[in-house]
Amino acid sequence: MTSTPLLSVRGLRKSFANLDILKGIDFDVAAGEKIALIGPSGSGKSTCLRCVNYLEQPTAGEIFLDGTRVGVSTAPTARAMSNRQLAPQRAQMGMVFQSFNLWPHLPVRENVAIAARMVQGLSRAEADALAEAMLAKVHMEHKCDAKPEQLSGGQQQRVAIARALAQRPKLMLFDEPTSALDPELVAEVLSVIHELADEGRTMLLVTHEIAFAREVADRIFFLDGGVISEQGPARDILANPNTDRLRSFLRQLAH
Amino acid sequence: MDIFWTILIGLLTSAGITVIVTISALFVAVILGLALALLREFSGKAWIRVAVDAYCELFRNIPALTHLFIIYFGLASLGLRIASVPAAILGLGLIGAAITCDIYRGGYASLKRGQTEAALAVGLTPWQTIMLILTPQALRVSLPPLGNYALQLMKDTSIVSAIAAPEIMFQARSMVTSSFQTTLIYATAAVIYLVLSFPLAVLVRRLETHFGQGRA
Repeated sequence: MTSTPLLSVRGLRKSFANLDILKGIDFDVAAGEKIALIGPSGSGKSTCLRCVNYLEQPTAGEIFLDGTRVGVSTAPTARAMSNRQLAPQRAQMGMVFQSFNLWPHLPVRENVAIAARMVQGLSRAEADALAEAMLAKVHMEHKCDAKPEQLSGGQQQRVAIARALAQRPKLMLFDEPTSALDPELVAEVLSVIHELADEGRTMLLVTHEIAFAREVADRIFFLDGGVISEQGPARDILANPNTDRLRSFLRQLAH
Repeated sequence: MDIFWTILIGLLTSAGITVIVTISALFVAVILGLALALLREFSGKAWIRVAVDAYCELFRNIPALTHLFIIYFGLASLGLRIASVPAAILGLGLIGAAITCDIYRGGYASLKRGQTEAALAVGLTPWQTIMLILTPQALRVSLPPLGNYALQLMKDTSIVSAIAAPEIMFQARSMVTSSFQTTLIYATAAVIYLVLSFPLAVLVRRLETHFGQGRA
């Protein structure tokens, strides 16, 4: 790649107490690229994703978004940022959680609009219009005034996606977005994510939905034991895994 | 019959003081307790946590009467004279802050970690996260126990008669010493307390069904 990648991860390590979860992760993501992170549970894929927007503080390594170092202020000397300093950087990355994490005290529209006002500084009318447009994108515009608790899991997750989209993010992070859903609700969420992929958004997606990853992702990273043990174009890597580990992982998922 | 009206009017007048002390002490407790809970939960400084915990232990584990005597008589002997009603409000308010602080902390503790993470992820600052996302939810969880505390407080105002605040029980006792209508006076006082507390109790029960536990 000749241009600066949108996201660069260099030497990323993360340990909890004495447990090394990530043991050195390096990758680049170009603008518009869709990457799926797959791997057995405990392999560190969610931790890797959460390090990108510093919800987890990496033990070592560097994250660059659009050429800017994330989570560390460089001048005058390198210092870890506080959550307050991190806020504008996090605002550039939309994150969708496994457990939706909608705010139950706010109606759907406000869940999407609040950050637009508080972070982007939009007026209430502008933020509401943006929220409604984003909710329309995930086909939830008819539930603007509902409370999250009145929605199904699939609907909640779509609202959560709209909330992330309203940030007008450079990058979307999906952390197992369908793992907490009842099987019959998975499809509606995947189809929304598929539509976003088709718009050319840059996405990093942790998932167990291999068929979906094959369809949507440009590249797949197979995380195993805290490293990317295999990576490549989606179709190649799934059709011709190089390692026994990936082969047996895919076989297990097929069952 | 005349004597009954004299008693009733006398006690109702003093019920005004009971209401004033209750509402004022509640106000102090609810605001100060929230400030303490916010400091305790979010300052990130160990010494602040220790100080708030020390405050709460100090005010919860010493009888209210002792605190009131210290504020009213103790400070007076040091030259700081506070009138009985403000002293009662201050004493009950300071004690109440320790109680409400615990209630709020329970409210914050009931929230899932994902609530904070989602707020930080959209780019809200920690302060915005606390004020817009966490505190409104913690308050809703806290409302039923706060209502219970208010009810308890209203009844506990009777102890401020001990520092001569002219509320219902103080008035009742002084009327007893002059008229000897012991039963009638105390029974009337009981009915007045009931009239004051019953609507509050109904409200608390409503809050409990509306914001019942488990609904964050």
